[in-house]
Amino acid sequence: MLEKFVRERVNTKGIAVMGHIVCGYPSFEANMEILEEMDKAGVDLVEMQFPFSEPIADGPLFLTANQASLDKGTKIADCFNIMKEASKRFSFKTLMMGYYNTVFKAGEVNFCERLKASGACGLIVPDLPLEEDAGLVQAAEVNNLSLIRLVAPTNTGERIQQILEHASGFVYAVARKGVTGSKTKFAEGMEEYFQTIKKYASVPVAVGFGISQRADLDYLKEQGRADIAVMGTAILKTYLESGREGLASFFKNIMG
Amino acid sequence: MDVFNFDKKGYYGQYGGAFIPEVLKTTIDELTAWFEKAKADPSFWVAYVDLLHEYCGRPTPVTHLQNLSHKIGGAQIYVKREDLNHTGAHKANNVMGQGLLVKRMGKTRVIAETGAGQHGVATATMAARFGFDCTIYMGDVDVHRQRPNVFWMEQLGATVVPVKTGQQTLKDAISDALRDWAHSMDTTHYVMGTVCGPHPFPEMVSYFQSIIGLEALPTIKRMAGKLPDRVYACVGGGSNAMGVFQGFLDYDSVELIGVEAGGSGMGIGQHAARLAKGTTASAGVAQGYKTAFLQDDEGQMLETKSVAAGLDYIGVSPILAHLAEIGRVRFEAATDTEVVEALKMVMQYEGIIPALESAHAFVQGLKEAADMKKDEVILINQSGRGDKDIFTVAEAIGDPAWDQFLREKAGVKDA
Repeated sequence: MLEKFVRERVNTKGIAVMGHIVCGYPSFEANMEILEEMDKAGVDLVEMQFPFSEPIADGPLFLTANQASLDKGTKIADCFNIMKEASKRFSFKTLMMGYYNTVFKAGEVNFCERLKASGACGLIVPDLPLEEDAGLVQAAEVNNLSLIRLVAPTNTGERIQQILEHASGFVYAVARKGVTGSKTKFAEGMEEYFQTIKKYASVPVAVGFGISQRADLDYLKEQGRADIAVMGTAILKTYLESGREGLASFFKNIMG
Repeated sequence: MDVFNFDKKGYYGQYGGAFIPEVLKTTIDELTAWFEKAKADPSFWVAYVDLLHEYCGRPTPVTHLQNLSHKIGGAQIYVKREDLNHTGAHKANNVMGQGLLVKRMGKTRVIAETGAGQHGVATATMAARFGFDCTIYMGDVDVHRQRPNVFWMEQLGATVVPVKTGQQTLKDAISDALRDWAHSMDTTHYVMGTVCGPHPFPEMVSYFQSIIGLEALPTIKRMAGKLPDRVYACVGGGSNAMGVFQGFLDYDSVELIGVEAGGSGMGIGQHAARLAKGTTASAGVAQGYKTAFLQDDEGQMLETKSVAAGLDYIGVSPILAHLAEIGRVRFEAATDTEVVEALKMVMQYEGIIPALESAHAFVQGLKEAADMKKDEVILINQSGRGDKDIFTVAEAIGDPAWDQFLREKAGVKDA
């Protein structure tokens, strides 16, 4: 279902775009403003990050965002609520992004049922490797959710192949070393990385590396390097620095 | 019993595993392979023991606390003296072992987390000795609590990065060290300081710390003429406990007791007891592994509290969580107040100054010794020395003259 949706978007637009919010940061009202702007700009997918106290895969900006949201008292129910509203109101598809403990503590089946009820079409759990995800895969499948697998440039070709054999919906190719928000210049090795992914991927490929300008998007579009461009840090940074209007012109510059 | 004879690799019952972002997968796999290769090579262990003998002053002795045993009038109390290890704690064992592994792997930089600063100082010492670049992540709160250790780390050539996120303590330092590793792994090894984190760290750190138990077993048998009836160790992450316990795991007659930080009581956020009776800790997954965590019902980690920074941690070794679950290790908690009393007693009767962390093990050992027979034997693992933590110990004891001294010193500087 998710895969089909992405393919359709890629066919009409050349490349789909996935945005990101941290639920409750800087506030749920701000989240809605960001989501409205994303919808207007034609964003196709949105990762809604459920905040966690130990977000080891996130860099400074999202780390702060996770903590600030929790400090304000954000609960899982609040995250499901905004997801439900966004799924209903907007034309983009929503995915849950978060750490495994959030899912584990709620119970994999219960968590997936609630995700489905909130209109999500998948989930991204960066600290849950293939070796540990059998239970969640099952719970996700029963609820028509795709568990999005991640690959990294440090992976061996063999590992990439192994992960892609299990991919569902799309595959999330991290195109940088390090944590979210670190900007990487594409080195020569990256082309090889993209080619390895393309070789084994039967699902669309999402790439995130700190996209902040139109040239970045064009680069990914060229030669079909990616089907989905992931934008996270740049969206939040722009909103924090220049508010809703700033975000609107940011999207216009990149996607308009 | 061999807890490392895995049914499922890296798992101890339901605990353990490697819950890591994919970007670290290759590095962790390589580390596991290097570790397994080293473990299978008898010359590696020989080189490790040689280094500890020549550089760290091992083997450390076992001391019979005759005065305290007599005063308490119960079991004979023996102490394994990890305080006499170089850098003043058991931490150096693990660090030197990982240093040898780093050399084999051909990496040139090491990073580490530290709470109280012991592991940071030990890592900085190892890096100086081996010629590695060194960065230590330390919670900003701990940087202020443990300034002397920061001073030594820097003098030893390490860069100390104060971590200003979260609670700004040990758990945040671990998270930041993992973040560093996620982009530096080509040249850098993460020297995990305790038996926590993703596989292979719990096994690897246990392997290096097993030297404590290996030394203690024959020594106590020779000195006391029998196996100890009970062995006590404080438990933060659990590395000194795993170290000493491994010597006695096979002997069912030896009861093993882990002592956690009871802080100011068992209320939420008042302690760091994950396995002792009365704790609200539950199974969870964070910082790369599954264990008992102090967390709320949505899986967010709770505040922890202890007079001993080295025990002030949300999680605990997955190996110890398993050994607790199967009833092989009993867990207790000692409060801050009890810890200070035990510390004073050991100093005054035996002239030994345990670290605040180690004093937790003394609390439980001394308490239980009183109810035991005179021909019974207990062994307490003194994981570190307290004299180098003079600022923290003096504050815990509340010595007015020391307070005055600090004021005067500060006044001189200001003038």
